[in-house]
Amino acid sequence: MAEKVLMKGNEALAEAAIMAGCKHYVGYPITPQTEIAAYMSKRMPKIDGLFLQAESEIAAINMVIGVSSSGHRAMTSSSSPGISLKSEGISYLAGCELPALIVNVQRGGPGLGGIQPSQSDYFQATKGGGHGDYKLIVLAPASVQEMVDLTFKGFDLADKYRMQTMILTDGTIGQMMEPVSLEKGILNEYDKSWATNGTRGKRERNIINSLSLDAQELEQWNINRFEKYKVIEENEVMYEEFMMDDAEICIVAFGISSRVSKNAIMEARKQGIKVGMIRPITLWPFPKKALLKAADKVKAFISVELSMGQMIEDVELAIKCKKPVLLCNRTGGVIMTPDEVLEKIKEADKIGGND
Amino acid sequence: MIDSKRVTLFLGHYGSGKTNVALNYALYLKNKGLKTAVYDLDIVNPYFRTLDGKSILDKEGIRLVVSRFANSNVDLPSLPSEAYAIIDDKTSHAVVDVGGDDRGALALGRYLPEIKKENNYEMLLVANKYRPETRTIEGLIEIKEEIERVTGTLFTGVVNNSNLGRETTEETVLSSIDFMQKFCDITKLPLKFTCVKRELSSIIIKDNKILPMDLIKYGSWQ
Repeated sequence: MAEKVLMKGNEALAEAAIMAGCKHYVGYPITPQTEIAAYMSKRMPKIDGLFLQAESEIAAINMVIGVSSSGHRAMTSSSSPGISLKSEGISYLAGCELPALIVNVQRGGPGLGGIQPSQSDYFQATKGGGHGDYKLIVLAPASVQEMVDLTFKGFDLADKYRMQTMILTDGTIGQMMEPVSLEKGILNEYDKSWATNGTRGKRERNIINSLSLDAQELEQWNINRFEKYKVIEENEVMYEEFMMDDAEICIVAFGISSRVSKNAIMEARKQGIKVGMIRPITLWPFPKKALLKAADKVKAFISVELSMGQMIEDVELAIKCKKPVLLCNRTGGVIMTPDEVLEKIKEADKIGGND
Repeated sequence: MIDSKRVTLFLGHYGSGKTNVALNYALYLKNKGLKTAVYDLDIVNPYFRTLDGKSILDKEGIRLVVSRFANSNVDLPSLPSEAYAIIDDKTSHAVVDVGGDDRGALALGRYLPEIKKENNYEMLLVANKYRPETRTIEGLIEIKEEIERVTGTLFTGVVNNSNLGRETTEETVLSSIDFMQKFCDITKLPLKFTCVKRELSSIIIKDNKILPMDLIKYGSWQ
């Protein structure tokens, strides 16, 4: 195992991207993700890579389209308002089926909002922030170590499926420091014979395009892409189960909320309440099957999230409304305390048992 | 016993632990019976600030001077006017937490001429061997020289704050000693003290003074 070092989430993510072979980073500063750009500006010149601070978020995402078209691993990062600006380009990436890693270190919204942590871009990330029929693979790290591991995973999935992966994290995980092992993750090589990197007179030219002049053709492109999404939903779901073996209440939480929830679960267990957690690591594809299975065992679910209640809709859909789902939430940059989660656990515990 | 000057400036690499070191050093001075104030001049990082330790400082009667925008949604690199007390209030020891890297050190510029004129200060480089960019002697020298260039001032000593957060063990600290000593030998700077979290503070390190650290807890998610 690599010797442990102490890193900020944002720095660890940036270093992992470089280790994963990303030599092209284009971005624009915004709190609380600026360390990613700052780190890249120092490191990229040392590895003969490219750091480019674009004139805007919109320019940055369009440069990612260019880098990716030429077959290189490309990434950009921002925080909530900046991701909104990038949404048009993300839709183009989807239309062109270009692999890319997009990082959102979320802050409070809507609008300019604030700089404190939030998870209120869940809908934007999982339902598609831009226009048209498309999905992003959405990964939600809950520690600095996972910022590293999921960056490798994110690039791999993007190349494997010619998809766009979003790392959906938040200001706290981006800013906090934890010991981390900078291990190399998955480094598979994928066929990129589709890239527009010069024919050298030896092959037909490649065309990368999201425009179709024929409605039937565009429809077929969408159908094909959704066939691919089906394969991803079948094969790439990731989640962590925590104390679910005997649980009567199931918390569903990701990222920073899952860490607060773990503290609350430990306290509730001390008080004799059987509560566990399913932590989605992929927000899309969402761990629907695991939740549906849990719905047969537990009497209630609690969705713990830093938004007015967004993921809760996916929880209700996944369990087909078989059991009540409570919401424990804070928003605007405020993080819930373990006590607030504990109160909600007690409320859920009052709900009658399995019928 | 760590010998102290009236003004102690803590500078260093981004994330080297300056805030925690400054707060604990202020508590240390206060325990020695010295009137002490903490000045937060961080213009780089709006998250995780001295303000997180305010209740502890209040209890000990240590004044905290910090931008009213710290830990808020106002991402503004501003300095409070009360910070002039660093140089104006000579009845009090001043512990100054400066922002990371050369960018953070910029904020010190307006106070330095007076601090140097009074000539009763230490400018200390806070170093953590377990930060990736300062895990080599060369990396540490680079940061030191960048900060000295921006401030036009030379460091007077080094603080060994080598740690791995909550995973810090006795071994973590002990295996940093030779590295820091070598850095001090090359740069001809004295090692002022080594920071060790309180549970481990009984470890004996030859020729090293120890600052026992009570870590400021930043959130309920740890």
